[in-house]
Parts: sequence; structure tokens; C-alpha cells
Amino acid sequence: MLITRKVEFSASHVCRNPQLPDEENRRLFGPAANPRGHGHNYVLEVTLQGEPHPVTGMVLDLKELKETLKRLVVDVYDHRFLNYEVPPFDNVVPTTENIARDIWQRLEPALTSENRHLYSVRVYETPDLFVDYFGEQPCSA
Amino acid sequence: MFRLTRRYGFAASHRLHTPRLSDDENRALYGKCNNPYGHGHNYVVEVSARGPADPATGCAVATPVLDALVARQVMDAFDRRNLNEEVPAFASAVPTSENLAVEICRRLKRNWKDAFPGEWPKLEKVRIAETERNIFEIEADEIE
Repeated sequence: MLITRKVEFSASHVCRNPQLPDEENRRLFGPAANPRGHGHNYVLEVTLQGEPHPVTGMVLDLKELKETLKRLVVDVYDHRFLNYEVPPFDNVVPTTENIARDIWQRLEPALTSENRHLYSVRVYETPDLFVDYFGEQPCSA
Repeated sequence: MFRLTRRYGFAASHRLHTPRLSDDENRALYGKCNNPYGHGHNYVVEVSARGPADPATGCAVATPVLDALVARQVMDAFDRRNLNEEVPAFASAVPTSENLAVEICRRLKRNWKDAFPGEWPKLEKVRIAETERNIFEIEADEIE
């Protein structure tokens, strides 16, 4: 069974690899490479896979999941400039992919137990662009 | 493993009618969609691709490259078009959203390597919403 909780945060970022010339950054990232940065209303959907607990009937109390997402993600990301204020984005480009992976790494230890595990992290940068991350398993052909 | 999904939109007209059935049978089967003058939709297309993140860019899919591919293969061919009369595939196939999903997926798959010559990313699926209530999804592996 899959259960999903959605939260939102707003943050600014710039997609730019300092090891590459400006022209190459503009080619790779388009307007997102503007060095002054820009922002998004990000939407995060976190999905757990597991079985309902025999006593509570819940995979995880969604209230507890909400509090965990607030403490480990929203309090860290919300209304921040990711490149300057949220490691590892001082030296990792804060693409939607890398944000999804960082959120996975923050959440995975806290959400795994004997009856459940983190299944996917979905990050919407805009309604027209989102990334699903499923952990570090190799890509299947 | 990452799956990146990008959403696009185009507006087009179509008419559902097959010469293999009589006019009465077409009306019974397709209902309002059989109107001889045709009708239109604001189609929403979601294209998903999967792969590892490139260590230099942090991207699993270069969205400017994907946008350019979709612009060439989908938007230029479908947006503000009459699908029956202006898209060669629908000279013979009925432009149902099932067949439209197949055609869009086929166009992207055939031209994928020109846009993305490396091993990754791979095209995973195409999802079309004809209206908010009618949604069609096809895996790239389902077609040639």
C-alpha cells in the first residue's frame, strides 16, 4: 500500500555550475542560470510503501508524517536561497533532481521502520515540471 | 533513479469517424465526437523520461533539449491543427486520444536519439489529457 503526504515550500535558487563558463551554463540551464537567482513555489509529495499496523490500522500516522516533513524539509528549505543557505547546495547545483535526492536523504532514515519504507519523493518545481526520485537503485533499461 | 515529467499543451480539432462502419454505426459509436464538422480540445501532454543525474549538471533530463524535441515533433505538427486533415497518421487511423498518444510517443521515440544520443535519459511514457476527465497513458516500451 502507498500513502502520500503533500507539503509546499517557497525558495529561491540559481542553476549554475561554477566550474563551467557562463555561456555553457546558459546553454544547459536556460534562464534558470541567471546568477541573481529566482524562486519557485515548490510542491513536495512524499510516498511511503508499507502495510497498515495491526493495532492502529495505519502505515504511518499522517499527522506524524506531516510533522516530520515540517521539521526535516520545510523548516530547512522554506523562504531560503538554497545555494547560499541550505547545504549541500553550496556546492551541488539545486536542480529539481538534486533537490529530490537531498530531500530523500533527509527523510529516509526517519521514515523507515519494520512495516514501511520511503517509496518516492516527487518535487514539482512548477505545475509543468516535476521529478520523481526512487532512491539510489540503478536505472533499469 | 529519477523520472522527470514535463507538461505541455496544444489545441487541435478532430472528428472520430471510421470508414469501416456505416454512418449510423459511427454516430452510435462515437456520439457527439462524430459531428461531421469536427470539434476541438485543449490537449495536455505529459512526457516522462528516466535516468541518473549527470554529475556535472545535476540533471537527469536536459529540459531545454526535451522542450526543443517536443516543439519540433509535437507542437509544430499538432498545435492549431485539424488532426484528421493535417497529420498524415490520421489519414488512415481515427484520431482518438489512444491513437494520438501512440502517434506522439512514436514521434518522440523515433527522434529520441537525435536529441539524446547518450545511454540516458530514456523515454518512459506519454500521458495525454483530452479533457480533465479523459486521460490516456502509454509506456514507450509498448510501441516500436
